[in-house]
This record gives sequence, C-alpha cells and structure tokens, in this order.
Amino acid sequence: MALEASLDIHPSVAAAPWRSPTAESPAVKWTLIGVALAFLGFFLVLPLVAVFVEAFRSGVGVYFEALVEPDAVAAIRLTLLVAAIAVPCNLVFGLAAAWAIAKFEFKGKNLLITLIDLPFSVSPVISGLVYVLLFGSQGFLGPWLARHGIEIVFAVPGIVLATIFVTFPFVARELIPLMQEQGSGDEEAAISLGASGWKTFWLVTLPNVRWALLYGVLLCNARAMGEYGAVSVVSGHIRGLTNTMPLHVEILYNEYSFSAAFAVASLLALLALVTLSIKSFLEWRHADGLKAVRGH
Amino acid sequence: MQISVRGLRKEFDRYPALHDVSLDIRSGELIALLGPSGSGKTTLLRLIAGLEFPTSGSIFFGSEDASRKSVQDRNVGFVFQHYALFKHMTVADNIGFGLKVRDRRTRPSAQEIRRRASDLLDLVQLPGLDNRYPSQLSGGQRQRVALARALAIEPQVLLLDEPFGALDAKVRKELRRWLRELHDRTGHTTVFVTHDQEEALELSDRVVVMSQGRIEQVGTPDEIYDRPATPFVFSFIGDSNELPVTIQDGSILLHERPLEIAGNAAPKGILSKGAPDGAGRLFLRPHDLDVVDAGEGAIAGVVSGVRRTAGARMLEVEVAGRDRLEIELPADDQRSFVGHVGLRPRKWQVFPA
Ligand SMILES: Nc1ncnc2c1ncn2[C@@H]1O[C@H](COP(=O)(O)OP(=O)(O)OP(=O)(O)O)[C@@H](O)[C@H]1O
Ligand SMILES: [Mg+2]
Repeated sequence: MALEASLDIHPSVAAAPWRSPTAESPAVKWTLIGVALAFLGFFLVLPLVAVFVEAFRSGVGVYFEALVEPDAVAAIRLTLLVAAIAVPCNLVFGLAAAWAIAKFEFKGKNLLITLIDLPFSVSPVISGLVYVLLFGSQGFLGPWLARHGIEIVFAVPGIVLATIFVTFPFVARELIPLMQEQGSGDEEAAISLGASGWKTFWLVTLPNVRWALLYGVLLCNARAMGEYGAVSVVSGHIRGLTNTMPLHVEILYNEYSFSAAFAVASLLALLALVTLSIKSFLEWRHADGLKAVRGH
Repeated sequence: MQISVRGLRKEFDRYPALHDVSLDIRSGELIALLGPSGSGKTTLLRLIAGLEFPTSGSIFFGSEDASRKSVQDRNVGFVFQHYALFKHMTVADNIGFGLKVRDRRTRPSAQEIRRRASDLLDLVQLPGLDNRYPSQLSGGQRQRVALARALAIEPQVLLLDEPFGALDAKVRKELRRWLRELHDRTGHTTVFVTHDQEEALELSDRVVVMSQGRIEQVGTPDEIYDRPATPFVFSFIGDSNELPVTIQDGSILLHERPLEIAGNAAPKGILSKGAPDGAGRLFLRPHDLDVVDAGEGAIAGVVSGVRRTAGARMLEVEVAGRDRLEIELPADDQRSFVGHVGLRPRKWQVFPA
C-alpha cells in the first residue's frame, strides 16, 4: 500500500517544479526586474553617461583645458583641502561616538544617537544657514569674530564647518551597529591579558572595525567632496577663493560654458565611480566585517 | 595563590546580583562555582578578575588587597565563555598577545614569543596550528587556544567561565579530563564556573553551590552530594524526592502518620536526627529507597508507573494520594510491582521548612 501511494505521488511532483513559497510567478519576477532596471537606466545610468558625453563634446583639448584653468584648479584644490580636514575630523568623531554608544551605558545615549542622524534629516541649505546665522556679520558671534579679524562665513573655515556638519553621520552610523553587536568581550579579554586601554584600542578595537571604518570614510569622503547645498550658502561663491568643485560646475553652467562645466562634473562623477567600486569590493571581500545596518 | 573573598556584594542598578559572599580558595585548588542560571557565578568570577567592581566587600590575593588593583595588575588568566579570541589574529598571535603588550622592559623578543606560543600549543595538544585563524578552528580547539592564551601570561590564578558550555557532550567529557590533568601538572589556583553538576563533581576539589546571589554550601564533591547543607543543595545536586512532613519529638509525621516500621526491623523508620519540631521537608534520593511488601515499609504507597531508563528502572509511587516519589531500581530487578507497596529509606535528610 505504502509503495503504491508513493508511486502515485511521484509523477505529479515531477510535473510541477518545486518553487519556494515566497517566489512569485516568472511573469511577476521579470516585470519587477524590468521596472527596476528601466528606472535605474533612466535616472542613474543615462545622466552619468550624459556627463561624460557632454564633457568630451568639444574635444579632448577643451576638456583638459577646462581642468587646468586656474579657477578650476583652485576649486579642485579647495575641495581636496575641505575633504582632507572634514574626513579626519569625522573619523575621529565617528569613532568616539560609536565607542561611547556601543561600550558604555550613560544617560542621554538615545538623544546622542538621534542627534547623530540630524544632518540626514535636515536640509543641507538649512545647515548652511545656521552657520551664517551663527558666524555671519549680522550673526550671533559675528561681531566678536569681526573684531578679532576671524573670517568664517564666506571663507574656507565656513565651508569646512558646513561640510563637517553635513557628513558627520557617515562614519558613526557605519560603526555603531557593528560595535554594538561585537560588545566588549574582546576588549575585556585584551585587558585581562594585561593590555593597556591604548594598546587595546589599537590592537583589538580598531582592527575589529577596520573595514566598516574604511567604508564609512569612503562614503563620508564622497559626500564631503560632492556637497553642494550647505557649502553653497556659506561659501559666497568667490571665484578662485571659496568655490568648491560642485559650486564651480554650477557657475560654469550658468555662464553657458557647458563643456567646461561637464568636464569638471565628470571629475566628480569619476570620483563617485571609484568610491562605488572600492565600496563594492569591500562589501564583497569583507562582508562579515561590515555587518552594519545599511541606513543610507 | 590563595584567594579570600570577604563580604562581597555587587549591585547592578540597585538590583543585588551578589549578597555578602565570603569564600576562601586555597592555593593550587581546582574549585567549581555551581548554580542555576542567574545565581551570580559569572558575577563572582568577574569580580575576582577585576572586570567588575564590588559595591562593597574586598578580595585578597594572598595577603594583598586586590580590590584596588586594576585588571592588568591582577595577573589572572581569564577564559571567557565564548572564548573571545581575536578574530583578526592567528592562533600564535592570539596566544602571544599577553606577552606582546607588555612594556619594553619586560617584553620577550618576537622570536621568544613565537616559541612560547608554540610550546603552549603543544601543551594544549594543538601542535602546528600556529598560523590558523580562529574561524578555521572547531569549538573545542578554540576553547583550548583560549586557555593557552590565558596561560601565556603565567597567571597566578586561572578563571574559567563555563569553559565547556558551548561544546557537545563527548568533547566536554574529553576536555574535562584533560583540564584536570593540565591543572595537576601546572598547579594553578583554578576557579571555573559551570551549571553542569556532573562536571563540577567530577572535575573539582571543592564545589561552591550558589543560588540567588548567595553561597549555599562549599565542600568536596562527597560532602556536597552526601551531606547537603540546605534543601536547595539537596534538590539541585542529583535527583531527589521531597515530602512535606511534620516533626514531633524526634519522629517524622507524614499526613499525621509517623514514618515508622511495624515490628522490630532496623532501622525503626525515619527519625528526625535532631531537626527541630514543627513543619519540615523530608528529602530522599531515588536510589536510597528499597521497595518492600505493603505494610513492611516506613512509607506506604501505590505504584503508579514504571519507566526504563538507560541503566536503571524508575518506579513511580504515589504516597497518600498526593505526593509522588521516584525510586531507582537496578535494571535487572525482575520483580513486578503493582498496587500497594512499602518503601524503606536507607538514607534521608530532614530540614525545617
Ligand atoms: N551587567 C549587568 N547589568 C545588570 N544586571 C546584571 C549584569 N550582569 C549580571 N546581572 C544580573 O545579575 C544576576 C547574576 O548574573 P550572573 O551573570 O552572575 O549569573 P550566572 O550565575 O553566571 O548565570 P548563567 O549560568 O546564566 O551564566 C542576574 O540576575 C543578572 O541578570
Ligand atoms: Mg554566567
């Protein structure tokens, strides 16, 4: 009887291929994939291609000329300088904040976590305005700063401050979930073996989060170089002095120098592509070291 | 290194995890902290290591007050429940870590550190695994690497938190024996936490039984098993039966009937052995009860079930229609039991309720 029954069932099993209970029919599957791809192509790939096509439209000569022109060089230099200050600041801040949140219990911890996300939820223009209101000549600290000859708004320090503000969640957000998950077991092991706090940090804590840290720094750097809104408000758009690359692109564009605008833009796009590939590589190689929640 | 714990108390957010615990650990002793989950074993171990600070009380290492010493200065080897091996370091680097982080004056050369790591790997019977990463080891191997790492700093005291907790039964048994041998060879004062009583009884010189942040009894495995000091210890260690009784003038009453044997059998039944008059709790081990014909035992009951376990037969007897007793009989006891039987205890213990 049992044998017969099993023979009965067999052909029908072979006829309908097994499908996971959560899988939809092929039609639904391909429609979804098609929609996603079309959307991606239209909104992401097409503009990216357009940037490079436009950049080279008037020839390679014009392209490189636009990049070595003094204002462009100044913009590139300023962008690199700002990133070179903002990223290390946020690296240190992000590590400190993540450490504090993951390894200690203290009052106001949830408030700190919420505050770290603030730059994500506030429009960058508003962040810029806050600095103008604080440090501008009509602002809160403006008169005092003017008396001491310190320039912040419409100068490089303002741009750096605005960039730091806008990019500070990246490193912290990357590290907090990972460090929370790891707990402090490894650190306890290290100190029980006689390591000082400092050595424990360098030899145990930092290596444990190194890939997530690098990942956060990459994202932070990409945003620091590409930030437009907040920087635009505090920069004052002084050519050759307070223009970063994104601002420079806008000025060129408004002056109808399309090829030059796209040439500089292509540099930013290239940077984004490089960042993306390193990021994908990290994700592929060090998936387990990066178990952080992806919130952005 | 002798360790004395004096009136130790630990509160977490005013919730007391340990109440006034005092304990003397002898030099070179292998001692087990045994107790149910949440009884404060890990807390006590971490306090000894200095990973936690006491709310009050003190800890002496020898004659030195260790309470004010930092973890680094206590020179204890701590083996964590989940090993806490450094994932990004090889096995050799893990073991050498404690030597590598010493300051320049006391740090051995890199070569010497590698050599010692190798020696320790031999000691824990994992020769040649120097260049593996922790992720490439089995649970039992990780456990031994964690132990080697703790031994590398030549600690005076070895503390192990549920060292075999995450391993399967067979590996546990092997490692248990191996740890005992290692201890006998190296002679460290060793404290280990477990909630496995078999492990505690088999492995240690003395057992500390803990419950709800207090020490219930400290003693050799024999003392703990044969002369439990409290009802908790009796019921926690080994199998036990409990009956609610009344004590009156040296005899024990179960449901107003004295637990005595008619005629002139010896012993005369169950006597209170000095327990004070009043309500009491009678404890009996399943293998300390003999089954006899109805009317010839101290306790009368009705058989309500027979079960076969691996090496024995378990008889279930209902007493006075309310309480159930388990009796362990040899598997080859061929007698069949139905209906009324008498029970004759060979050993028992009474505690005031
Ligand atoms: N860091 C902490 N914060 C708050 N309460 C804690 C903390 N550590 C332990 N406790 C509490 O102290 C009590 C004792 O905990 P402990 O970890 O010492 O138990 P244990 O005997 O090791 O249990 P287990 O066998 O489950 O490991 C528990 O009730 C626990 O909830
Ligand atoms: Mg524990």
